[in-house]
Amino acid sequence: MAEFEPKVVAFVCNWCTYAGADLTGTSRIKYASNVKIIRFPCTGRIDFMLLLKSFANGADGIIVSGCHPNDCHYTSGNFHAKRRWIMFKELMDFMGIDMNRITFSWVSAAEGARWAEVVNSTVDRIRKLGPYVSYKQMVNTTVEEEVINE
Amino acid sequence: MNSIVSRAKELLENKSVQVIVGFEAGPTGKARPAFVTYPSKTDILIFDERCVQNLAVYLTKKEVKQFGKIGIVATLPIMRSIMMLISEQQVFAENIEILGVSTEGKYLDIADIQVMQGYIEKCDLSNPSNDQETLAMLNKMSMQEKFDYWQNELSTCIKCYACRQACPMCYCTRCAVECNQPQWIPVQANTHGNMEWHILRAMHLAGRCISCGECGRACPVNIPCHLLTMQLADQAHKYFNVYAGTSEKMSSVLSTYEPNDKESFIL
Amino acid sequence: METTHKIIRKHSLEKLYVTLLENRKIYAPVKQADNLIGYQYNPAFSEVTFDHLQSTLSVKNVVFPKVENLFYYTNNKTDSTVKGIDLEKFPEVVLWGAHPCDTAAYDVLRSIFCWDIKDEFFAARLEKLVVIGLACHKSDALCFCTSVGLSPDSSKGSDILLVPLNNGDYKAEIITEKGSRIVAESPEIFENYGDETVNVTVVEQKFDHKQLTSKLSNAFEHPFWLANSLRCIGCGACAYVCPTCACFDIQDETRGKNGKRYRSWDSCGFGLFTLHTSGHNPREVQSQRWRQRILHKFSYMPERNESLGCVGCGRCSRACPVDMNIAEQLQALQSI
Repeated sequence: MAEFEPKVVAFVCNWCTYAGADLTGTSRIKYASNVKIIRFPCTGRIDFMLLLKSFANGADGIIVSGCHPNDCHYTSGNFHAKRRWIMFKELMDFMGIDMNRITFSWVSAAEGARWAEVVNSTVDRIRKLGPYVSYKQMVNTTVEEEVINE
Repeated sequence: MNSIVSRAKELLENKSVQVIVGFEAGPTGKARPAFVTYPSKTDILIFDERCVQNLAVYLTKKEVKQFGKIGIVATLPIMRSIMMLISEQQVFAENIEILGVSTEGKYLDIADIQVMQGYIEKCDLSNPSNDQETLAMLNKMSMQEKFDYWQNELSTCIKCYACRQACPMCYCTRCAVECNQPQWIPVQANTHGNMEWHILRAMHLAGRCISCGECGRACPVNIPCHLLTMQLADQAHKYFNVYAGTSEKMSSVLSTYEPNDKESFIL
Repeated sequence: METTHKIIRKHSLEKLYVTLLENRKIYAPVKQADNLIGYQYNPAFSEVTFDHLQSTLSVKNVVFPKVENLFYYTNNKTDSTVKGIDLEKFPEVVLWGAHPCDTAAYDVLRSIFCWDIKDEFFAARLEKLVVIGLACHKSDALCFCTSVGLSPDSSKGSDILLVPLNNGDYKAEIITEKGSRIVAESPEIFENYGDETVNVTVVEQKFDHKQLTSKLSNAFEHPFWLANSLRCIGCGACAYVCPTCACFDIQDETRGKNGKRYRSWDSCGFGLFTLHTSGHNPREVQSQRWRQRILHKFSYMPERNESLGCVGCGRCSRACPVDMNIAEQLQALQSI
């Protein structure tokens, strides 16, 4: 059987991490190809529901990344995001949804090498954890009555 | 509670308020919300240990607001909800009168919002003890155990939205689950859709929940959904050192920030 | 067919249960955590309860599930393919130990789902359903079956009705062909009935439903609705626990190219229920929605479907977080 290749979705802000990832490429630094990058205007725009939707649609891991604190293009977007992620992480921990599968990071437009490192370490970690079976099972479990009619 | 009755009568007689929102005893012995508009009818008002519902939910109800100024019987959780509603500008202090009831069930004379704030500040605002135990038990479980626990509990959810409707802080006229462009939450009540709904509800109440437990009480199939919001209320206090509903000027945890907020998980 | 009366000894019930389980699914009430009663598929006989007052949810989901897939589709570049549901594959289900209010509700649902156009999903499920009812020996202040033309030992909707006897055995009333086929499968269990006395509860009649229906035809503008629904918070608990509420919502759920269309329960208590795309809502406030709920069940349905939309189980009053006691309100409405 082929080795498990994790699917990782990265939600990144336009101004820092997306530009940083661009720099990784122009610097010809190689990194894991498992990641699919989705660009957002700001980390403050990244709704927690997007992370849940990623898991529901088959992601095994998620990266959320934006400007370092005090560097937000909109001054405070990442500070708001930080508070939201603190609360979200606590809720996920409380409900037993695996936060080891989500990497939160600050990567600036100048940190091309750091972006490669964030992606590689996340992909390695998810590879060890394996596919997110328990969440996928829940998503594919239909209500009791549905099972009965098919 | 003669003082509640006499105060209600007085407020209605001198037309300071047009309706009193309080409790009455229903025919089956349950206490339930009562809306009194005539001084002569104030005798039906009661207050005892059965009166646990969070009446603040009615302050934003269209048909109740139509009466005019509202007098409301308020225990500590109700006062905190009112405070939250004022801070979020859903209720205006000049449109309500408080008929306070202390945690011991004694009548409290609350002249205005500042007096109410003073009273709230003196009270113990942590979670009620019976829920503390369950929270502690859950926090000790392993990841998989917690996930199984919540899957099992949430699988019985029928999406009647009693948790949302019973909550004073869920006052949006159009809830996120009712929007279908895009459709965030599946309409069907399967375990996955139910879990997404309860996560969404808890996150939207993060730092706004005042831990009254009304959502859990309202649930017809006994899902302890109040534990989710209570856990976040505890965490909001742990990280940001605030309790919701303690000041009329406060912004809720997620609508504000401090540059030095501490966390340990962001690389 | 003519109803025949037999006796099942208490110790034979298990044998009947096990025999039925051999080639059917059984849906039976069991005690769950927090003293709730819920129905489960194929529980062990030892778990099945016989002395429950009522389950939290009704048993309408056997014929009208909270989610029912209607068809699956695949969208290709130029065309779409649709795969229907094979109604033949619905399993045979025995509903075990449902109280007369719940069994009578199937007639009400039939009057809605098979009113003009037959709903094939509902009809196919009902066709495959065998109902073994259980008359009530317990009731509470919220029960009002006698006020809506039923009784604690009404056999309406049952194929076989078990009536508890004072000595702990059960009288079995075999009402339909489906019922007699079950008797024919294990005839030795059904003994001849003598004149043992039955142990059935008494439910006080709270109102006269015919008089109520005639009163309601002129009550649309009455101030009663606002005054008595101020405390309603607008959740859907009453409709979702109701054995006769039949409103549903139809949704498509697509993932990539594949998707399905399903229907799921809906409630007239929600503001969204009647909201138009324009933003106009003909039932703008909760009092109008509460009025709709009562008038639909007690005025519109008797007029159009010739059946009352309520079986008096009292579940809505038990589930209501703000004690909207429907029997109390109906009683008051009778004399407005």
